[in-house]
Amino acid sequence: MSLSSKHLLGLYGVPKEDIQLILDTATTFREVLERPIKKVPTLQGKTIVNLFYENSTRTRISFELAQKRLSADTINFSTSTSSTKKGETFKDTVRNIEAMKVDMIVVRHQSAGVPQYLTKISKANIINAGDGLHEHPTQGLLDMYSIRERLGKLEGLKVCIVGDVAHSRVALSNIFGLKTMGAQVTVCSPSTMIPIGIEALGVKVIHNINEAIANNDVLNVLRIQLERNAGVRIPSLREYHQYFGVTTERIEKFNRDILILHPGPINRGVELSSEVADGPYQVILDQVTNGVAIRMAVLYLLGTMH
Amino acid sequence: MKIILKQVRLLNPEQKLDKQDDVLIENGIIKKIGGLTDSDYKSAKVFELENKICVPGLFDMHVHLREPGREDEETIETGCNSAAAGGFTGVACMPNTNPDIDSAEIVRFIKEKSKEHLVDVFPVAAATLGRKGEALSPMFELIESGAVAFSDDGAVIKTAGVLRSVMEYSKMFDAPVIEHCEDDSLADGAMNEGLTSTLLGLPAIPNIAEELIVARDIMMAEFIGARVHIAHISTKAAVELVRNAKKRGVKVTAEATPHHFTLTDDNVKTFDTNFKMSPPLRNRADVDAVIEGLMDGTIDVIASDHAPHAIEEKEMEFIYAPNGIVGLETMLGLVLSELVHKKHLTLEQLVEKMSINPRKILKLNTPQIKEGEKADLTIFDKDNIWTVDITKFKSKSKNSPFDKRLLTGKSVAVINNGKMFYEDKFTNI
Repeated sequence: MSLSSKHLLGLYGVPKEDIQLILDTATTFREVLERPIKKVPTLQGKTIVNLFYENSTRTRISFELAQKRLSADTINFSTSTSSTKKGETFKDTVRNIEAMKVDMIVVRHQSAGVPQYLTKISKANIINAGDGLHEHPTQGLLDMYSIRERLGKLEGLKVCIVGDVAHSRVALSNIFGLKTMGAQVTVCSPSTMIPIGIEALGVKVIHNINEAIANNDVLNVLRIQLERNAGVRIPSLREYHQYFGVTTERIEKFNRDILILHPGPINRGVELSSEVADGPYQVILDQVTNGVAIRMAVLYLLGTMH
Repeated sequence: MKIILKQVRLLNPEQKLDKQDDVLIENGIIKKIGGLTDSDYKSAKVFELENKICVPGLFDMHVHLREPGREDEETIETGCNSAAAGGFTGVACMPNTNPDIDSAEIVRFIKEKSKEHLVDVFPVAAATLGRKGEALSPMFELIESGAVAFSDDGAVIKTAGVLRSVMEYSKMFDAPVIEHCEDDSLADGAMNEGLTSTLLGLPAIPNIAEELIVARDIMMAEFIGARVHIAHISTKAAVELVRNAKKRGVKVTAEATPHHFTLTDDNVKTFDTNFKMSPPLRNRADVDAVIEGLMDGTIDVIASDHAPHAIEEKEMEFIYAPNGIVGLETMLGLVLSELVHKKHLTLEQLVEKMSINPRKILKLNTPQIKEGEKADLTIFDKDNIWTVDITKFKSKSKNSPFDKRLLTGKSVAVINNGKMFYEDKFTNI
């Protein structure tokens, strides 16, 4: 079994069998992570570059750890300034790195489309670690993995994404992946945070958090980006928390069986109350562990393709 | 020197002219139409042009020549060469050069640099100093030195207050204000807003960003009694606003670009930065409305918005890449392929929108195909099938989304200022 593409650019259009294969492969690696010696020789001799044009802590560490667990050689290139300011074009940077003979590139960038662009200028396998407001496929995969781990399936499940869906690559990757796997997807947020035309993807739009909790099996709660939103898309964080915040009271009143996911980092007291963030309904730290297994699975499947 | 255009179809709706005949041109003047004698043929260079169409020289009223400032992208000379190759005998160039065209010196510099060329260049001067939208540009001086219109193109005239002043002042010269219609507070994006932008995760620009300014400018022009020309119109509601305003008698005119009636935001899915424009490529309904507007006369002009960019600037991450494409050498082919051959426009309408109307808006004389007149002519073959090849462009820049596209219709020759461009060469005639 192998994947149908040599790159992971997003979950849009990725066939069900591919997602299934990645999730199943991750189950094997998840088991490796529980061993005393957490390393396998699978990608020995492969060179992977983590090309991060945007600040990232957990995604970069997660990828790096996954690469080390698979015995690959890894190089990190991180810069938070855009190439336009740096004086060297993105293309030149990539060509230079490629000239050093790398096999795979994991890329994060502020601009949507950069992973696609990379496939045109590089021969390496490209893995998207987040591009602009577009996709973050490994996050989508680890979220699906975490749901499946707890609830045993994805098909037929009701999943609601709560938060700034319009400015979230996590939301888009979740929507694409979950729809492919047969889940029913709802988004719940103020109307200023709903992307244009989202209903056309078969996604239901609601604006009531109680309804979201009551009618779904899973809530995937997104981080509210303070710098991007306050005063423009929402009047205040206080109002957001009052009307869209996920709290223990709401969960206990409307649905005690709900499963809460959050991609992190959490704004405690905004999208989640602290009680929920540390409470029995969430799997937030499992998501982090699963993230390493998912990234190992993706790296392994792409890195051993012929 | 004498040349003879033999058996060419002469077409000019302004003169109600449509006939096949021979034309004798001597020293750049149309000497004789029809009834040529043996002595006329003596020492004349004869061009066999059966089935070719000869029209008053085409005019592109929206080009960026980049000089002064970005001579690495285009110069007045290469831009004019590109225009000649595309079938144009005249262009109006936009003021977003460096420095901007906001002083008589820059207008004179451009006139001086272009004066020997086949292609006539008419500078559009900045409406405000440095196109900053704050203080008026010295319009008397600019007009006197040869500017034909005012625009802050590349940017919108920022506030209604300044727009009012610009219109009041420019009204003294009956010069049009050419507006790049985009509300800055809504236009901070990289593509059209819609399902496609959602799927691609690109920051998006809604139609309303354009329509609000079109509405504002129409109301202001009506209020003041001034002339406004809407550059590169791209949305359905904007076309409707212009249509209604014209019915009321507002002095508004509009232009559309080939990319806005040929491409849609769907093309952006490749993340090819040659599909990044301002205003952005819109959806199918908007494209259809632009074509409808061209058909019913709401949109007066087809202009290219020729915007050369260096390779290293276009080959960039999508959100950082600059807007715009080169268009002079593909425009005629696209108009013929997409509008004339598809029966949206007649050849007469093509001549109106690409030769007569732009000159009328800028108050320039329209060329006549008449004995005794200066020969200012474009000859094209409406049926020539060819493939766009950016490496053959005369323009210094190659940023075109139409590379490798098959087009039907191409310029054969242009004649103006005693010069002819034919088979890739300029000759004095």
